[in-house]
Amino acid sequence: MSDYLLQMTQISKTFPGVKALDDVRFEVKKGEVHALIGENGAGKSTLIKILAGMYEPDQGATFLFEGKDAQINKPIDATLKGISIIYQDLSLFSNLSVAENIYIGRDSGKKPWKKVNWNEMENVAKKALQELEFEIDVQTPVEKLSIAQQQLIEIARALAFDSKLIVMDEPTSSLSAGEVEKLYRVINKLKQRGISIIFVSHKLKELFAVSDRFTVLRDGKYVGTYDAKELDEDQLITLMVGRKVLYEKNTEKGLAGQTLLELKGLTKAGNFKDISFELKAGEIVGITGLVGSGRTELAQAIFGVNKPDSGEMTLNGESIQIKSSEHAVKKGIAYIPESRKTQGLILRQSLTNNISLPILKELRNGFGLIKRKKEVDLAKHYIDTLDVRPAHPHRAAGDLSGGNQQKVVIGKWLSTKPQILIIDEPTNGIDIGAKTEIHKLLRKLAAEGLGIIVISSELPEVLAVSDRILVMRHGKIAGELDIAEATQENIMNYALLGSKASTLKKNVQASKEVSV
Amino acid sequence: MKAVSFSKESILGLIALIVFILMSLFIPGFFEQNNLNNMMFQLPEFGLLALAMMIVIVTGGIDLSITYIAAMSGVAIALMQSHGYPMLTAIIVGIIVGLACGLINGTIISKIGVSPILVTLGTMVLFEGVILSITKGSSISGFSESYSLIGNGYYMGIVPLSIIIFIFFAILTGVLLAKTKWGRSVYMIGSNPVATLFSGVNNSRVLMRVYLYAAMLAAIASIIMTSRYNSAKVDLGSSYLLQSVSAAVLGGTEIQGGYGKVIGTIYAVIIFQMLSSGLNLMGVSRPIVNVMMGVILITVLVLNFVKGKIEEKNQKTAAA
Repeated sequence: MSDYLLQMTQISKTFPGVKALDDVRFEVKKGEVHALIGENGAGKSTLIKILAGMYEPDQGATFLFEGKDAQINKPIDATLKGISIIYQDLSLFSNLSVAENIYIGRDSGKKPWKKVNWNEMENVAKKALQELEFEIDVQTPVEKLSIAQQQLIEIARALAFDSKLIVMDEPTSSLSAGEVEKLYRVINKLKQRGISIIFVSHKLKELFAVSDRFTVLRDGKYVGTYDAKELDEDQLITLMVGRKVLYEKNTEKGLAGQTLLELKGLTKAGNFKDISFELKAGEIVGITGLVGSGRTELAQAIFGVNKPDSGEMTLNGESIQIKSSEHAVKKGIAYIPESRKTQGLILRQSLTNNISLPILKELRNGFGLIKRKKEVDLAKHYIDTLDVRPAHPHRAAGDLSGGNQQKVVIGKWLSTKPQILIIDEPTNGIDIGAKTEIHKLLRKLAAEGLGIIVISSELPEVLAVSDRILVMRHGKIAGELDIAEATQENIMNYALLGSKASTLKKNVQASKEVSV
Repeated sequence: MKAVSFSKESILGLIALIVFILMSLFIPGFFEQNNLNNMMFQLPEFGLLALAMMIVIVTGGIDLSITYIAAMSGVAIALMQSHGYPMLTAIIVGIIVGLACGLINGTIISKIGVSPILVTLGTMVLFEGVILSITKGSSISGFSESYSLIGNGYYMGIVPLSIIIFIFFAILTGVLLAKTKWGRSVYMIGSNPVATLFSGVNNSRVLMRVYLYAAMLAAIASIIMTSRYNSAKVDLGSSYLLQSVSAAVLGGTEIQGGYGKVIGTIYAVIIFQMLSSGLNLMGVSRPIVNVMMGVILITVLVLNFVKGKIEEKNQKTAAA
């Protein structure tokens, strides 16, 4: 028998109009951690979905599991073969207990009238948890657990099913640095037991920390499979994007004109505490820090959708309380939220309807009716200036790629002629090429006099666009850095430890990563 | 260029036309002055309630109290007139009572944020209780003669007055939905309330106006109904409650919100009206008519669902 657990070859998947995968091969050895990487839209998820039995590949695919021809037509086939998939947004039953979640699906379908054997259920759960050295009362409802703990429950479930292959899709995206460390230890333990792991992630440092081999996909095609030792980060990026891309650190100095916004001691219990800073016309202030450090909550407080408990906000020298998003728009504050698809855009609606939404009031004629032609012209104007593709004002926003969607959201807010633009994770889930384009656009807008706050977890991005950087930690501003003195290292020191001077353990640093 | 495709609404319009032709050809008595008139007199009240329901559904909500709001208005108008107040005063009070009911729904749904199905289920029972305690279950009559013209009279001797009222409000609703900031916001909230809020729209105000507008349409429907029946009681129009939901969804309105058109709803109302009248003429008993309506509705919904799935799949793969 070969030492390959999984061999997928000649995998193609055609959707109407798109070839998502084109003759891809993917081979995983027993007991290895195999990273599957590529830009958004490279075909990673499609490949995983084929493996999981959710999609059927095109004709001609061969699929061997443990050296035997494997028929995986439905998700249950994958589970029975010993393939477990842990999705990014987890798939636990939040109101059921730990034990129930681990045991669920065991005898689904067979004898539904059979009494539940609670003892056996708990034993199975305990045994699986023991192997992970995770101590928890198996009767706790899952909703009471942290994301990291829930993830361990998913892994325990995979163990309880005697999985031979566990797929982890972006497993660290919502974990703290310490939790990521723990996950690495679990992964090593699984490896020692001979379980193979497919690791899907965007975070390069992380991939190098855990993976034995890489398979790179690009635009639905197989680029190659490499040993982790034979590559470095730069080479890997080049393989992923097919060209060399690096962000330059920002060297332009913004205008820093008059003060637009000033916060004094803004506080909201459980969100952020004692936040004070200024934003001047023409400058970009970067706010970074770990996920959960209160950045988004702060942004939403400025935008009027998350009311602070205390503190003062001054706009153009006048004290103000923003009462609603409507009020914020009127005052020239624009907020581009983190999640384009659920908060930023109305996907089923056309580009025009999305772009005009905040300023419909100004597009009305004397009878209160919307001037459609003016509206479409407005949309066309922003579609052209921002180079949105396809440049069709009546297309649904959901049809566009991530980068183009983000341009539409930016266009929508530019149409309000704001003086302050707050943008949360501006390039989340966007291809590298489009990212650089968005960065340039932000610099250009600042040069035109807009005051911009960029919230981002990606340090290279913060460094690429900001004039000043505020680092948040546990809801407070832990440090402020001028772009000239800022480096990834001193930002991380503030974010993780709250000070600039301390030394940082290498593994902690590795877990907060350069992402692409 | 875009491939030739027909909107849901135009297909529905075509179906309405086919049903009309078939019934005229094969059902004796269908294409006769008397029957056509009957249908025209019944259509406005049902149509107005269906439009009211449609608007609410477009926001992702539902208004189960709608026919009881109509009954509240109707009873108010009847009480006023039977106590000798002039017709116009009675009508204005009736509309105000309807709006007050809408205000209760709107406040609890938009300001407090309780889900529409629960709120309107509660107010449905509440309004019913209020009417019963006023009317003691009996019906109230005593309308003036001129009042009965609203529901029974003709304009220029041929067109029923109530149809003109209906057309007026149908056009008004269509224009409000398609051309105003409020109408646009209604669709946006139904598609994605969070993104709409984050675009600087005052969701709460938009929803409040939706429930007020629906209540106003219900009040107008109640004027037509009380005038036609010459009486008002607790179950005024209550058989239209679920029918109006059916007409809205048959008319293409998406039950989870975000899409729905006046014209589609009107076609659906016409189809229902013709089927009910035609089957009645054929001597099909009422329960069987209901069975057939149910089957038609489920068929259309299943077809819409399958069509939506296919489109979604195509869209997803195009984005992948």
